[in-house]
Amino acid sequence: MARFIARRLLLALVTLWLLATIVFIITDVLPNDVGRTILGPFAPQETVDALNQRLGTNRPILVRYVDSLRGLVTLDFGDSFVSSKPVLPQIIGAVGRSAKLAGLALLITIPISIAAGLFAARRRDRVADRAIVLLGVTLSSIPEFVTATILVVVVGVGLRWLPVLATAPDSADPLTQIRYLLMPALAMAIVYFGYIARMTRAGTIEVLQSDYTRTALMKGLTIGQTMRRHVLRNALVPTVAVIAVQVGYLFGGIIAVEKIFNYNGMGSTMLFAAQHKDLPMLTAGVIVIGIVYMLATLIADLIMAWMNPRIRLEAER
Amino acid sequence: MVESIAPSPLPAPVTTPTTSTISERAQARRELLRVLFRRPSFLIGVAVILVWVLCAILGERITPYDPFNAFFKGHTPPSIDHLFGTDRLGRDVLSRVMVGSRDVLIVAPLAALLGVAVGTFLGLVMGYYRGFVDDVLSRVVEAFLALPVILVALLTLVVLGSSSVVVVFVVGLLFAPIVARTVRSAVLSERQLDYVTAAKLRGESGLFILSREIFPNVLGPTVVELTVRFGYAIFTVATLSFLGVGLQPPSPDWGLSVSQEYANMVAGIWWPTLFPALAIASTVIAVNLIADSLQSVLNE
Repeated sequence: MARFIARRLLLALVTLWLLATIVFIITDVLPNDVGRTILGPFAPQETVDALNQRLGTNRPILVRYVDSLRGLVTLDFGDSFVSSKPVLPQIIGAVGRSAKLAGLALLITIPISIAAGLFAARRRDRVADRAIVLLGVTLSSIPEFVTATILVVVVGVGLRWLPVLATAPDSADPLTQIRYLLMPALAMAIVYFGYIARMTRAGTIEVLQSDYTRTALMKGLTIGQTMRRHVLRNALVPTVAVIAVQVGYLFGGIIAVEKIFNYNGMGSTMLFAAQHKDLPMLTAGVIVIGIVYMLATLIADLIMAWMNPRIRLEAER
Repeated sequence: MVESIAPSPLPAPVTTPTTSTISERAQARRELLRVLFRRPSFLIGVAVILVWVLCAILGERITPYDPFNAFFKGHTPPSIDHLFGTDRLGRDVLSRVMVGSRDVLIVAPLAALLGVAVGTFLGLVMGYYRGFVDDVLSRVVEAFLALPVILVALLTLVVLGSSSVVVVFVVGLLFAPIVARTVRSAVLSERQLDYVTAAKLRGESGLFILSREIFPNVLGPTVVELTVRFGYAIFTVATLSFLGVGLQPPSPDWGLSVSQEYANMVAGIWWPTLFPALAIASTVIAVNLIADSLQSVLNE
């Protein structure tokens, strides 16, 4: 197991380095003049030169690359162009607030999706199965901001069940805060329902057709016992993988959802940085989200190895 | 299915193998289309897309009002005169929703096409040559997959500035790694088959084997990937427009309209937001219904 973890960590580090390189290429190599990009086409040349001097973007490209990698290792992503304060504390605070929202979304969507997927697999090709699959395809194809908009109009403005903004008053108790977060979380939960339910269904159908399921049923176990003892553990392996991937993508969808609900998390921070061309903030944000994704897949790999020893043994070979 | 009872055709003469394979292929394609057109979800998807394509092409000729320059009283709710109401500048929402498909129906297919073209090429090379090239490219693909497309697109569009052309390139190239992974795994199972070995023994070049032997056999998953990517391209372009870095005003684009009007929902002015949002939803659902039907028909 230790070797498995070490191997996975090493691979994650390589991916992280590549990711930092990709981000460096986008922010430092694509624009031929970073100062001009920030200040726009009408700024006088002296101002642009002064900004490039201050940001260090007029230095040779290799020097800047090494510098950005050093920043990654020492967790120093530089100062914001807007507030001139270090970006990392701001990012971490924002990630924390977004994690609340994302966590609530996952808490809603995972149990419902898995239950729906198992249910569909047991009733394969019957009406209930078709309905769940079609619903999943439909819901997961709609952008989060569209789902959020429809929810706001129907649940918030029409029925007046839930608040239209996500941020509760400061003094609000935890329950009220969750009430405010419920609609944005729901908007994201709806989008991810389809992915998780479909993966659970596919995994379960495969396992239900296997020899060991037949053996279990033939030796006299009930379908419930077979599901609990033999099917679930194997059927949910691909589901765990897809949930991990969704954790990363959640942070893509959250940008739009936070904008609709005016929630001050990672999405709003990134959007504000984008509007003000605050490149250090954007860069740090992208890398932090990349790290979140990698942690999620790492944890998923460990869970999968625990659920199915064959995965672990294969990786160690 | 009722086929006309014709005498079974004679075995094709050995001297003309090409014509027989071509007609066989054409027949298989016809059969595929027939099966597709009997699936209600495929028909619904095609019908919805056709409606939006018609709106995009005919545009101002069929809209009730001028979508750009006819100004009425602002924010009037839906009525007989304005079925979808008017927006904050008093423009007819129905007319704007009708022409709003125009930009996204050009940008999204181009982005999907670019992504699938680049991704298929990468996937073919990775899956066929394996070894060092595959290892390196697989790592890079992995790194791209670690990032939400929306986020990297946001970063890139901030750096390069927004225009339709940049959006096509950014979204297309960000889709390429995802496509490459799908095509690669399809190639991996093909390359072990006898026809590839036979072609190698004949002394064919790698390029020939890839383009003429393997590629036709992974065309199925590639076509499915193209439709799936088309759906995601609409998803992504609409979201980018909503975030303000995609299509720019005065485009009547749906995502952009939502972004300009969503703040008024709190005040109960829901119509300029809801109708473009529903238009986006109908389009992505339609594309996904088509993709889903294609996938299940090709897998059968």
